[in-house]
This record gives sequence, C-alpha cells and structure tokens, in this order.
Amino acid sequence: MENLIDIKAVRHSYRTASGPLPVLDGLELSVPEGGFVAVVGPSGCGKSTLTRLVAGLLIPDEGEVRVHGTRITAPRSNVGMAFQNPVLLEWRTILQNVLLPLEIVPTKLTKAQGEARARKLLALVGLEGFEGKRPSELSGGMKQRASLCRALIHSPEVLILDEPFGALDAFTREDLWQIMHRVKAEEPFTGVLITHDLRESIFLANQVVVLSGRPAKTQFVLDIPDTGPRTLDHLYTPEAATMLNTLRHQIEVAQGRAPAGAAA
Amino acid sequence: MKARQVYVPLIAVVVFLALWEALVWVMGWPNYKMASPSDLVPAYEKYWSLFLVMGWQTLWRTVVGLLLAVVFGIMLGMVMGFSRTMRDALYPLLVGFNAVPKATVVPIVALMFVGAHDFNTVLIAFIISFFPIAVSVSIGLSTLEPEYRDILRSLGASQSTIFWKIALPKTLPEFFGALKVSVTLAFIGTNLMEIVSPHGRGLGALFDSGKTNSDYPLMFAVLIALAFLGIVLYYVVVALEKVFAGWADRSV
Repeated sequence: MENLIDIKAVRHSYRTASGPLPVLDGLELSVPEGGFVAVVGPSGCGKSTLTRLVAGLLIPDEGEVRVHGTRITAPRSNVGMAFQNPVLLEWRTILQNVLLPLEIVPTKLTKAQGEARARKLLALVGLEGFEGKRPSELSGGMKQRASLCRALIHSPEVLILDEPFGALDAFTREDLWQIMHRVKAEEPFTGVLITHDLRESIFLANQVVVLSGRPAKTQFVLDIPDTGPRTLDHLYTPEAATMLNTLRHQIEVAQGRAPAGAAA
Repeated sequence: MKARQVYVPLIAVVVFLALWEALVWVMGWPNYKMASPSDLVPAYEKYWSLFLVMGWQTLWRTVVGLLLAVVFGIMLGMVMGFSRTMRDALYPLLVGFNAVPKATVVPIVALMFVGAHDFNTVLIAFIISFFPIAVSVSIGLSTLEPEYRDILRSLGASQSTIFWKIALPKTLPEFFGALKVSVTLAFIGTNLMEIVSPHGRGLGALFDSGKTNSDYPLMFAVLIALAFLGIVLYYVVVALEKVFAGWADRSV
C-alpha cells in the first residue's frame, strides 16, 4: 500500500554563527493513509524540524519528503498544524479562529457550510456554547481543543501535532487524549504527533518512532497492535507496561545512557 | 459604570482647580507670580475669539503632523520589524535623531523653509512624534511568535496575508500605547515652533504675546487651553483604541 507521507534519507543542518549544526541525519518515516505516527526522542533532537519538513515550511538539505507521492518543495494548503502554544488570535472569537484556514486555502464550502462545519467540530471536542467567546476567556485545555478544530476545519490530508498537550496538566491531558480518539473516529485523518510523553504515544498512535540524539536518525519503530477502541484502562495493562519499557529503554539509548544491545 | 467614568474625572478636575485657587490665595501670590483659576476667566472672556482661531490653528497642525507620523512611523516600523538588516542599520540613526533636542531643530527648519509657517509647524510636530510609533510597530512585528507565522505559512499564505491577518492586528495594542505618547509629543512639537519661531499663529503665538505684554493670566490661560486640547485628542485616541484594539483590554 502506498504511503501518504514518505520521508527518505533526510539530512538537514541549521546554519549557526559557529558553523552548520546538523539536526537530522538519516531520517526515515512512513505514514500510511489514515495512520497516526507518534515521534518521540530526546530533547532538542530535531522533532520540531521534522514537522516543519512535512508542512513544507523547510526544505531538507538532502533526501526527500513526499506527501501522496508528490515531493514537497513549498508549503501546501493540505496540512493542519497545532502546537504546544495554541496561538489563537485574541481579537477573534473562537468560531472565527476556527474558520481562519478557510479564509486562506481554496475551499468548496460556502460561508454558511464552513460555519456549520466549524460548529460541528467545536461540538465534537466539547466546546459547544463557546463559539462566541474570546480565547482569553478559555482555559488552556479549551484553547488547545479550539486549536485542534482550526487544524482540522479544511479537512487537511495531514495533521501535524507538535506537542499539543505538552503544557497541560495531567488530567486535562488525559481528557484531550480521549477527545483525540473521538475526533479520529468522526473525522479520519493521517497524523504525525510529536511528543515527550511515552504513555501519550502508545495511547494515541498506531506506530511510535524513536529518534536518536542529535543529529537525529530513525532509531527504532514500535507498532502498536490494533485492539479496538482504546480507553485509559489500556495504559494499565501488562502489554502497555512492556511497550513503555521498550520505549523507555530506546530513549535511554538515544540519550547515550544505555548501550544499544542491552535488553529492556 | 458609564456615568462614573464621566463624573470621577470631572470631580478630579474641580478639586484640582479648587486646590490651585486656594494655594494662590493662601500664599498671597500676585498674578505675575502665579495666576489663579479665577484670573483665567476674564482672560478667556476678553480673548475668546483669539482662543478659538489660534486653538484651531494649533489643533489642525498638530493633527496633520500626527497623521504623518502615524503613516511614516508604521512604514518605518514595518521595514525594521520584518528585516533584521534594516533594524540593525536604522536603529542607531533613529536613536541619534531622536536624541537631538527638537528646540535646536526649530531654528534650522525655520531657516530652511523661510515663511512656510504651516509646513514648518507640521514638520516639527511630525518629527517629534513618529519615533515611538516606529519603535512600537517594529517591536510588535519582530516579536511575533514563529508559530503564528507557521500556522498561516503552512496553509500557503503570502507574506502580505500574514501581515494583514495576524501581524498588524497583533501589533495594534502596542501601536495605540505609542500613539498616546505621540499625541502629547506632537503638541509639544507644534508649540515649540509657535513659540521659538513666532509667526503669529497658534496658541504658542498667543502665549508669546501674553509674555510681551506682561499679561500673565493670558499665559496661564493658554497653558490650560493647551492642556484641554491635549486631553481631547488623547481621548479621541482612546476611543479609536477601543474600536480597533478593544480585545486587548482585560480589565472589563
């Protein structure tokens, strides 16, 4: 089956005052249509660079990034992004914030259809009744949910989530994990999730990719078996414990704190 | 709420005038040392037509200078906000230019464009007031979080779309903060020209004639008239701010 996202042998360096700083070297990543891949790795290993590559905001020095078989050389309108910082526009209402992408990308939706879709998405994430509020009136978790709706409004081919739940408290985060499952069931998307949270990665994704320390390459790939709808209870099963152990070991390898060969 | 916003400042003004009157009366100051509010009323009565004509001259020249400062300040701020190189190049020049006391620029300008009084006055009002606007816009644009840009760029938005949809509205609160400073600066600029290089126009000229004729209450009356115009223009800016950047006000 053809992959929706294909990243092959990508190398990339940033130019800094003290010479080039290699961030990615030998990055491989494939996401099939409808797949949801979580990318984990040590701090500063180039995970965010990866999201910018997929979005077309950055062109790699070497290697290639393909979406639907087309090589990415510039930003395309078929991407939705959400960051740790929800970056909602304070002067717009929540509904107007969600509608922002429709003002930029070519769309077949009429104004009324777009608005109806925005309301439907907001209801899906539990923000019904908050359409007319300003971002400053919402809690952190609610802002993040609105930001998610904005990323999905134009039905993007690829949803890029760069640590969207990183700044939230543990309970709010678990709330949002469950909302993500609900959204994926209603509004199927192909996604890349950058995260620091191993539990989050195995709960949300169907594949977890571990990146090595800088310069990052794909170090390890873990497939999460599809066992039907997931609930938080799944995180407290022996299978989940085994997966978390494996991933934690791989992170330690990536940080250079454990030899690659040793068993978890 | 609304009524409160009117009568609280009004009471403050009345209290201020009463204290002023009392101070002059208690100290027994003659009006050439310090005029009291009650001395001002006859001055306004005597010269009311002059106050209207000259006040208008001061006001329109200040407003035109300020509008030029807004247009030029925003353009300069955009150039410095978007280009690191231009920021590095222009900042020292701008700071140096701003550091020159404008009272010393007035005679130069007056000589440069002899006789063009309106133009000279507008020019000084403009020169003195564009700096805060340029700085605030450039800081607003250069401190825009990269994620805001990325959200729109990943959708294929052009630089100008990013500017109109995000950068400009996000900078408005800083811009209005600077504009409030610029309003008072522009009045200083207008009056500098009117007083230092007198040409018989504006409240500055009226002040000057008060000085020449030893009409001290008239001088004080001019100061109060200037303060009044400053307050009016300031509140015009506040009203505009409420319309265009009211979302940034968290106190309500």
